[in-house]
Amino acid sequence: MRYVIIGAGVAGISAVEAIRSVDSDGEIIMVSDDPYGYYSRPGLAYYLTGELEDKALFPRTKEHYQKLNFNFLKARVTRILRSDHAVLVDGKSKLVYNKLLIAVGARAMPLGVAGANLEGVVKLDHLADAKHILKLAKRGKTLLARGMKVNYLLRGDRYWSNVLDKHESHVVEERLTEEGVVLHHKAELKEVIGKKGHVVGAMLVDGRTLKCDMLAYAVGISPCMELMEETNLAKDRGLLVNEHLQTTDLDIYAAGDVAQVYDPLSGKSALDSLWSPAHEQGRVAGWNMAGRKAAYLKSAPFNVTRLAGLTTTIIGTVGRGKDEDLIGIARGDSETWRELPEAIIAQSGFDVNHMRLMVGEKTLVGAILMGDQTLSWPLQKMIAGKADISSIREQIMATDAPLADLVAQFWMTWRTEEAL
Amino acid sequence: MALLNIFKNNSSKHNVLATGHVISESSRCVQCGICSYNCPIGIDVRAHVWRDEAVKHSECLTCGECVARCPRGVLRFAQTDLFVRSKE
Ligand SMILES: Cc1cc2nc3c(=O)[nH]c(=O)nc-3n(C[C@H](O)[C@H](O)[C@H](O)COP(=O)(O)OP(=O)(O)OC[C@H]3O[C@@H](n4cnc5c(N)ncnc54)[C@H](O)[C@@H]3O)c2cc1C
Repeated sequence: MRYVIIGAGVAGISAVEAIRSVDSDGEIIMVSDDPYGYYSRPGLAYYLTGELEDKALFPRTKEHYQKLNFNFLKARVTRILRSDHAVLVDGKSKLVYNKLLIAVGARAMPLGVAGANLEGVVKLDHLADAKHILKLAKRGKTLLARGMKVNYLLRGDRYWSNVLDKHESHVVEERLTEEGVVLHHKAELKEVIGKKGHVVGAMLVDGRTLKCDMLAYAVGISPCMELMEETNLAKDRGLLVNEHLQTTDLDIYAAGDVAQVYDPLSGKSALDSLWSPAHEQGRVAGWNMAGRKAAYLKSAPFNVTRLAGLTTTIIGTVGRGKDEDLIGIARGDSETWRELPEAIIAQSGFDVNHMRLMVGEKTLVGAILMGDQTLSWPLQKMIAGKADISSIREQIMATDAPLADLVAQFWMTWRTEEAL
Repeated sequence: MALLNIFKNNSSKHNVLATGHVISESSRCVQCGICSYNCPIGIDVRAHVWRDEAVKHSECLTCGECVARCPRGVLRFAQTDLFVRSKE
């Protein structure tokens, strides 16, 4: 038996572990084109802030990999040859598989304006991007010493408007402003201006020009779909898979950011661009590839992130509509967050300690916590476990309800009952 | 307030030093490694979280460095008898 895995991200690595937990003899070959192999992609943000050194981003040692007993090919898969049960590596050599996993992830959507290829126009997908940004920033040290100014262009009228409510956006924007970031709302980039191949400014649609030495873009991501072009595998925005992570070719599986996974509960296929689902999908795909039948059940999407230095947890469904700043979905984002069913909003807290609950008929369907995170764990469990909150619903909905206390008290009883 | 009382036991370091250890919620973790990076005695906390295991390491000082530094609230202290106590 030969397993071939394309991509050394979290989905790929967790698939290797899962295969090995079932099949100790089968041959596993992982092919990936990132020269740095497997590292924490979300950790790149902490590498940029200086909280981490680059070498700390690698969760695995050589010994770990040796134990897993698989071959690693630093190369790019250029085609999938379904009829040969093979993939083409670097455009020349054929690699035959019995079971194939496509775990190629997603990448930043291109900026799509003139000047986007100038040096100094940056994005953050890979460790190489992060290193490049740091190198450019160092070169601009004289600038930093003078206080590097940051201009933040938003196409819409407030920050992350389809997930955060007005108040939450305001909190984040206020903190950004305090840190010296200059926000420009309804500002659309028309062209990047360059001199001798390097960016020197940004021209906006309204005619304004902003000087700059670096221009970073984050306008959404999209699954890496180019390998799928000639394969006839069913696809939508991502590669479509069933709950066993199988594509329409039963020997080809997909997991992680590239996979659009069927959810038997909602009957829909959704994209996530989150670490934890990628981890879990890789595991379920690996088991199935090695012959242990397992189904991936989507749990309430969940992310903890820092917005302008403020720890923020987003659980379940919290917003509605389209964010004008994004094409597709954002990093660390999930489509479920915007598919709001009938739900009423209850709120409490002030400024930096803020909680918003999305209250359904009998359950909580979503929550946002900014600042104090004490309740994020209980809320995650209650939302994922669809806890019946009928007994406190009325109290929650009352004006000026002590939301935090109500949730805390409810949770203590609920988890006792659940544990029994 | 009820909220404070209920959660005090979860995070009170002093109670834990004697009887507790660090536990994790792996679904919150993105393997960034800040925990392992800051552990004063070099325990690979991140690997424990990946395997969904408590940090029951003979050398763990329960100093709280990993718990405090984790940017995503993955880690916390737990006492073996936490549940019984909080009910008292
Ligand atoms: C800066 C940043 C911050 C993030 N923050 C968060 C966060 O806060 N929370 C969260 O949950 N998620 C976050 N994410 C998203 C998270 O990192 C991804 O969801 C996760 O990494 C997806 O894993 P994956 O294995 O599907 O893909 P990836 O990690 O993207 O791995 C794909 C691999 O495939 C390789 N590859 C692609 N095409 C080919 C080919 N043709 N041949 C060979 N190899 C190929 C790539 O080089 C790469 O190694 C963040 C991502 C970034 C970049």
